[in-house]
Amino acid sequence: MSGVNIQGLSIKFGHNEVIKNLDLQVIEGEFLVLLGPSGCGKSTLLHSIAGLIDVSAGRIHIGGQDMTDAEPAARGIGMVFQSYALYPTMTVEKNMSFGLRVAGTPKAEIARRVAKAAEMLQLNALLDRKPAQLSGGQRQRVAIGRALVREAGVFLFDEPLSNLDAKLRAELRRELKLLHQTLGSTMVYVTHDQVEAMTLASRIVVMKSGVIQQIGTPAEVYERPVNLFVAGFLGAPAINLVPATVGADGQSLDGPLPLRLAAGRVAPGQRLVLGVRPEHVRLQADGRWRATVQLVEPMGNHQVVWMTLGEQGFSALVHDGRRIAAGEELAFDVDEPLLSVFDAASEQRLPVS
Amino acid sequence: MARKRKPAALWARLGIYTFLLCAAAFFLLPLYVMLTTSFKSMDEIRLGQIFALPAAPTLDAWRAAWSEACTGVSCEGIRGGFWNSVAIAVPSIVLPILLGALNGYALSWWKPKGGEWLFGILMVGAFIPIQVMIYPLVKLEAALGIYSSLPGIVLVHLVFAMPIMTLLFRNYYAGLPAELFKAARVDGGGFWRIFIQLVLPMSTPMLIVAAIMQITGVWNDYILGLTFAGRENQPMTVQLNNVINTTTGERLYNLNMAATILTSAVPLLVYLISGRWFVRGIAAGAVK
Repeated sequence: MSGVNIQGLSIKFGHNEVIKNLDLQVIEGEFLVLLGPSGCGKSTLLHSIAGLIDVSAGRIHIGGQDMTDAEPAARGIGMVFQSYALYPTMTVEKNMSFGLRVAGTPKAEIARRVAKAAEMLQLNALLDRKPAQLSGGQRQRVAIGRALVREAGVFLFDEPLSNLDAKLRAELRRELKLLHQTLGSTMVYVTHDQVEAMTLASRIVVMKSGVIQQIGTPAEVYERPVNLFVAGFLGAPAINLVPATVGADGQSLDGPLPLRLAAGRVAPGQRLVLGVRPEHVRLQADGRWRATVQLVEPMGNHQVVWMTLGEQGFSALVHDGRRIAAGEELAFDVDEPLLSVFDAASEQRLPVS
Repeated sequence: MARKRKPAALWARLGIYTFLLCAAAFFLLPLYVMLTTSFKSMDEIRLGQIFALPAAPTLDAWRAAWSEACTGVSCEGIRGGFWNSVAIAVPSIVLPILLGALNGYALSWWKPKGGEWLFGILMVGAFIPIQVMIYPLVKLEAALGIYSSLPGIVLVHLVFAMPIMTLLFRNYYAGLPAELFKAARVDGGGFWRIFIQLVLPMSTPMLIVAAIMQITGVWNDYILGLTFAGRENQPMTVQLNNVINTTTGERLYNLNMAATILTSAVPLLVYLISGRWFVRGIAAGAVK
């Protein structure tokens, strides 16, 4: 088990700077998820930790040792890829033991480690099969097994579940979390799927255009996003973003949601964006505001109500089975303490409450 | 709808088959004439009925072509040429394929600095007619002391095969998932280990396609064999030419036909046996 320490990392492809002067500490034993839209540099960052991409500047320490220029195999890492990347001509057993055979590990030790990993991942019955004879879920299990037998200090996952169908993805997600609980190893996991990030992570790193936007526990990132990008990226249905202008008294707000903020935090005339999570919108008869229902999506255990608030789209979660019709005008209220307030110009979170 | 379409489809099908049959007849007729003539005696050939089946089929011409036909002064048939061709073909098939695979692997997976540039030059080389290079190559090989020898002709075949072999394997390997290579790097595989244990075993379809191309190319070669192999190593094609052009007395059509068929037997067999693989090789490139 070992941590990863990245300092001042820059990666350029030609003139295109994909990672910009990035610092990141991966704490020993944590499950760190790198989250962001495609092209944000999260995979590049992971590959640079693995040593598969040359860095332009900065240092990478793994387990306390400077590994910036070390060969991938020397870094004490195991890696799982999106496309599984199993060796097609080798059996499951050979796939898992390839790295150990390269390293010249004694046969008995190889057998022990492969058996252990196969046991953990329920691969015992498949050891003699070729990858082509396996299902997608089994293939990804083998790929995880191949990383496990290295008994590395850090495991790197590059969108490992993206190629699986929804049901398998949920299943393997739980298995991965269990695996982390059992092994307690350091894991760095890249995904663009916020559900994976929320469910798996000890900490989430949200990235955009090669720059880290926010690092925090899933709850912190979800509840207190530092800027509009993070607020909008996490959560489904997405957070409601409502424009507002601060009134002359520096407290009352002008806009579709005319609230009052605590005194002294915002300047009169300042333009804001209010972030309201759909689950913090309460549809109740004594609500202070009204919105018109446009569409209702029943989800079984809850309903998503899509409304219009003035010109603005606005969604709410309803956790009971009440009947709501399109076109209906509903009263609602919001949980003010759970609101996020952003400055419209800088898009940064404002500490108002 | 189905009824309306039926006659039109039938006519179209009929047209296609008629055309295919004509094409097949056009290409097979010479082969038919060669085969029947080779089994006839000279007396029968003189009757001038080239499309007739042999009245009294005989293997005499085949025997003579293989072991008695005269090339210039010696009269030992073309069997010597056959073994010369084998001796030239085996290294000229194995070496270019292995080197081409290695080149393709290095270019597409390791992406060395200047690799694309080198590959470009190699491709330009492929478009220069070989006749242009023969004289400089003769001088070069003479300087190296391998002109007119087995290594000399093998080297020439190797050099001329490099562009197409490299292109073939480079494109095949470029189509393999890059993550495979990365996984092997993480597992600690080096340049040679990844090539031998991972890449070569995955290359079977391309190896077969490349082998077919090289066998037919090298076996059918005439000009390079004539120029670089030397008297001792003349390939079958060169000997065939000598047999046919040696005119002392009457022209032995049956012997010439038999000798020609014997010479072309190897590439012909390769196609017949490997046709299935040939298609599989091409298809394997298309679907994962």
